Amino acid sequence: MTSLAHTAADAVTVTRRNLIKIRRVPDLLVFTTLQPIMFVLLFAYVFGGAIGEQNTGIDYKEFLIAGIFAQTVVFGSTFTGFSLAEDLQKGFIDRFRTLPMSPAAVLLGRTASDVVNNLISLLVMGLSGLVVGWRIRSNPLDALGGFLLLLLFAYAVSWIMALVGLLVRTPEVVNNAAFIVIFPLTFIANTFVSPETLPGPLRTFAYWNPVSSVTQAARELFGNTNPQFPPPDVWPLQHPVVYSLLWSAAVLLVFVPLSVRQYQRTTSR
Amino acid sequence: MVDAVEAEGLVKVYGSGEGEVRALDGLDLRVAEGTVVGLLGPNGAGKTTTIKVLTTLLVPDAGSARVRGTDVLRDPGGVRSTIGVSGQYAAVDEYLTGFENLDMVGRLYHLGSGAAKERARELLEQFDLADAADRQVKGYSGGMRRRLDLAGALVARPPVLFLDEPTTGLDPRSRLGMWKVIDDLVKGGTTLLLTTQYLEEADQLADRIAVIDHGRVIAEGTADDLKEQVGGERVEVVVEDAASLGSAREALAGLGRGEAVVDERSRRLTVPVSGGASVLVEAVRRLDDAGVGVSDLGLRRPTLDDVFLTLTGRATEEPDDSDGATRETQEVAG
Ligand SMILES: Nc1ncnc2c1ncn2[C@@H]1O[C@H](COP(=O)(O)OP(=O)(O)O)[C@@H](O)[C@H]1O
Ligand SMILES: [Mg+2]
Repeated sequence: MTSLAHTAADAVTVTRRNLIKIRRVPDLLVFTTLQPIMFVLLFAYVFGGAIGEQNTGIDYKEFLIAGIFAQTVVFGSTFTGFSLAEDLQKGFIDRFRTLPMSPAAVLLGRTASDVVNNLISLLVMGLSGLVVGWRIRSNPLDALGGFLLLLLFAYAVSWIMALVGLLVRTPEVVNNAAFIVIFPLTFIANTFVSPETLPGPLRTFAYWNPVSSVTQAARELFGNTNPQFPPPDVWPLQHPVVYSLLWSAAVLLVFVPLSVRQYQRTTSR
Repeated sequence: MVDAVEAEGLVKVYGSGEGEVRALDGLDLRVAEGTVVGLLGPNGAGKTTTIKVLTTLLVPDAGSARVRGTDVLRDPGGVRSTIGVSGQYAAVDEYLTGFENLDMVGRLYHLGSGAAKERARELLEQFDLADAADRQVKGYSGGMRRRLDLAGALVARPPVLFLDEPTTGLDPRSRLGMWKVIDDLVKGGTTLLLTTQYLEEADQLADRIAVIDHGRVIAEGTADDLKEQVGGERVEVVVEDAASLGSAREALAGLGRGEAVVDERSRRLTVPVSGGASVLVEAVRRLDDAGVGVSDLGLRRPTLDDVFLTLTGRATEEPDDSDGATRETQEVAG
């Protein structure tokens, strides 16, 4: 299949371009990494004392890290939409679209380089987590699975952001719009508090929120849970890995074709 | 001979209802193989929309177009592999070097990494960018960016080239440089459709000119054809005292090839002439003899505005999109 080979080669070319940019605009990398460090420190030391152990049976810092990981990679995926809107605005997408290249390649390349972005954030957060007392208490293989699941979920969200970026077209607006959605999504969850403490409707939302299941799955895979304190008795949190995988697959199934279709009809103003 | 570009009855409507804009309204266009056609029109005429339709970026609401016989709507992929495009705004990546920009485009044309590198070096040399090849584009001047963007369009040696306002926003020196680059290119046999707001530019570069307004071609022909219609050069006099406009008109009667046009408000008198500087000298002599006080006097070559005035009876400036671009036309071409 030469067309598949072309798509892959084109995606690699686009990814390379995006990665060069990350390297040459260090501010990007600094903010990608500083923000999560700040979150780890703020939550561990400012809220940590007040929130306490809750009903999780483990130290709050330990409880917190997987939540911050999940929040950060989901925020990281907004960069996909931001960058595509920027490329659209600058006429770059027009240039790509007049080349005889695969229509999926620009989006594949974009989302792939944003995985690298998220990987860097995870590394930096992991290290700062270790500094404040977080430990992986499972085995390396499970831990690796935890990181991969976080990256997969963020990758799926990237494709939603890709569609948003191509539709909204203004990078700043993409960012603001994404924040309005992602803040509640990552806070009305089990990321920073136990969802049982939330009032009725919010609690239900938190139970079914895929950010909760991703966080729960990561906690379990890192060994940051206490068997004496099982998660709430709802299916998503009882089967967090399966539920997270299903969500990621569903999002990809819907948003990959939608985004590619939008890419093929979009052009700068 | 087969036409390299053919478009019939292109219609493109942006938006709907009240805010509807008919950007293209039945546009027909032909570019013969190996020739240069200049699409000349003011801001908002539909030039960019035309280029976007022909380069597969935009699907028209009606009409059809072919590039070298390949249908733009039915086989956009086929069209893409025979065209090179440089849009209205240089689409070069600020954070990549000049070399990296071209190398990337070469790879996306599937030239293979060796050939892509070689072609990038070659183009940088050809476009006088070799010294800046390994610097990030964010330090490039406007003219350098434009040249790099054009180089990007040429990576795969396309037989048909589309350039959307290749010199808008460039200083006069860069503009001349760009003209030379384009001129060399078409000498090599490339078919070119370029858009411009400058009659002078179309005159310099194009074999034929299509004047476009409100999404339609309103005149078509060689630069000489158009100038003929417009009346070619003209002498323009601004008198010191509006009262002497009458005697100025009498003095200049018979100087040119047609009636003098008088504008009382700006105390300006315009006479179509042929013969260049010697006519200007004659005009000075006559005005002096008649004792007319002159505050400004000059020879003016036709601009897009003149073409417009003649063809449509109105100026290029539209109330809805009167930005700097049309005014610049007068400065540059005047
Ligand atoms: N994406 C768009 N949405 C709405 N109107 C547009 C869009 N693009 C162009 N137009 C309008 O269509 C008309 C033609 O635009 P354009 O083709 O860009 O003209 P030109 O390139 O000759 O300046 C203008 O009135 C412009 O405002
Ligand atoms: Mg334009």
